[in-house]
Amino acid sequence: MFRFLIKRLAIMLLTLWGVLTISFGLIHLAPGDPLSPMTEFNPKITPEFRERLIKMYGLDKPLHERYLKWLKGVITLDFGQSFSLDQRPVWDKIKERLPVTILINSLALIIILLIGIPIGVYSAVHAGTLRDRLITIFTLLGYSMPSFWFALLLMMLFGVKLGLLPISGLHSGVGYEEMSFFEKVLDWTKHLIMPLLVATFGGVAGIARYVRNSMVEVLQSDFILFARAKGLPERKVLYRHALRNALLPLITILGLSLPGLIGGSVIFESIFGIPGVGQLMWQAVLSRDYPVILANLVLVSVLTLLGNFLADIGYALADPRIRTGGKT
Amino acid sequence: MLKALLSHRTGLFSLLFLTILLLSALFGPYLYPISPFEVDVQKILLPPSLEHPLGTDLLGRDVLARILYGARISLQVSFVAVGLSLFIGVSLGAIAGYYGGLVDQIICRLIDMFLCFPTIFLILAVIAYLEPSLTNIMIVIGLTSWMGVARLVRAEILSLKEREFVLSARLYGASSARIIVRHLLPNAIAPILVSASLGMGHAILIESALSFLGIGVQPPTPSWGNMLIEGKETLEVAWWLSLFPGVAILLTVLALTLLSEALQDILNPKRK
Repeated sequence: MFRFLIKRLAIMLLTLWGVLTISFGLIHLAPGDPLSPMTEFNPKITPEFRERLIKMYGLDKPLHERYLKWLKGVITLDFGQSFSLDQRPVWDKIKERLPVTILINSLALIIILLIGIPIGVYSAVHAGTLRDRLITIFTLLGYSMPSFWFALLLMMLFGVKLGLLPISGLHSGVGYEEMSFFEKVLDWTKHLIMPLLVATFGGVAGIARYVRNSMVEVLQSDFILFARAKGLPERKVLYRHALRNALLPLITILGLSLPGLIGGSVIFESIFGIPGVGQLMWQAVLSRDYPVILANLVLVSVLTLLGNFLADIGYALADPRIRTGGKT
Repeated sequence: MLKALLSHRTGLFSLLFLTILLLSALFGPYLYPISPFEVDVQKILLPPSLEHPLGTDLLGRDVLARILYGARISLQVSFVAVGLSLFIGVSLGAIAGYYGGLVDQIICRLIDMFLCFPTIFLILAVIAYLEPSLTNIMIVIGLTSWMGVARLVRAEILSLKEREFVLSARLYGASSARIIVRHLLPNAIAPILVSASLGMGHAILIESALSFLGIGVQPPTPSWGNMLIEGKETLEVAWWLSLFPGVAILLTVLALTLLSEALQDILNPKRK
């Protein structure tokens, strides 16, 4: 197990370095002048001031020097200053938004598992019946539904037609300060229902579909036949023998689906006006705030990398064949 | 394979739908002569009627005409982006699978690295440096979605390259390139098609999301995604503006997903 960990860790560090280098390359080899959105059309910026800016951002230095300086900055979480009017350090801007994004995505992940797995099992147990077909239709819809349109439909129904749920923000603006703790929780919950529905719909469909197919396959294997022949009650066969084996690869699937989940933050945070990292990214792209864009890109990919690493370890813990050198 | 697809019920339906969509994208403007660009202040936000079957938008433009035009954009994006990602993915996957060793190691690590980026973030970052135009979007989607195909082709080639027919081709003195292109890839065509069909749906979803966020296809060019921006603004008064473009996206992506499902069923009859 120890050797396995070391090997995985080495691979992760290598991948991390690659991810950082690709991000840097993307931004610095791309055509165009990163200062132009800030200086173009701005009569107040004289050529001298522009020179000062170039110096300040180190754009006069050769590429490899900038690369090393940037890598050092990333390790110490120093991503430079935002191009926006407030000119605050990029990391400060991200730091205050990170908890919201992590909260919503963790909640979404839990909901996806809690709903997706039972639906998948139910569908597999009833494979071939009408109920299974209906669930399949639902999961295919979940695959194909554009999440931002789903958000619009929800807003139209619950926000406008029924007037049940607030359509934007994390909590109410007016009167929020005066609420009691309980009322605040209720207020947050109301604001989070629609974003969470949007964040989980596709994921629930994906996991349900995955679990169903995996379960159907396992249920046809010899050891299930044996368990049944042995006279085990069906419940035990399903939950003890089949489900455990069907869920194993799910760990990897979860790791792989992390980028999609985090990526979805851009969409539902922008639509519902939630002050998270996704919304920051969107605003930064619209205003061409390059330091913020680059830092966000690095941050979410590092989060994904960590997620995959944990999934790898979890998989090894769950399945001894992996860690004892059976081909990965 | 086409024959098998035509006798597969959902396969037939989705193929039929996609054909109709393609034809109406190509010939729509001739069959339905109302311009998608013509502004008419007399006709702002008209609900669906005989004259305008899907209503009109904030500038009095006909929604059906704009959806038909949007179909062109979506199909164009999906063809070009998937074409590009297939080109990159198939080449890298084939090289990795065929040569193995260090080359394989490097390509696999590269795939892992690219898989770490949440696609939307990667695309947004690149778009920020370029102009948000249709061409750039197609290229960027293609450049960021080749990893799945690369893995798939690599695995196919790995499982095929030790077979007798490859050995005999090599004995005849065929070059590596010839073996890959003439002998190995044709055998991998089916899974590539499955993945291409899913990839097209994915590209359409991404393009529409980007356009909806204002970073994709720019107005006045209608795309299903940017039509929904107006839908959001007029949520309370004009339901048809948010409904129809979304239905268009949903049905198209659904058809592509079902098509890939049907292809998988045909390839793997045991799968039920």
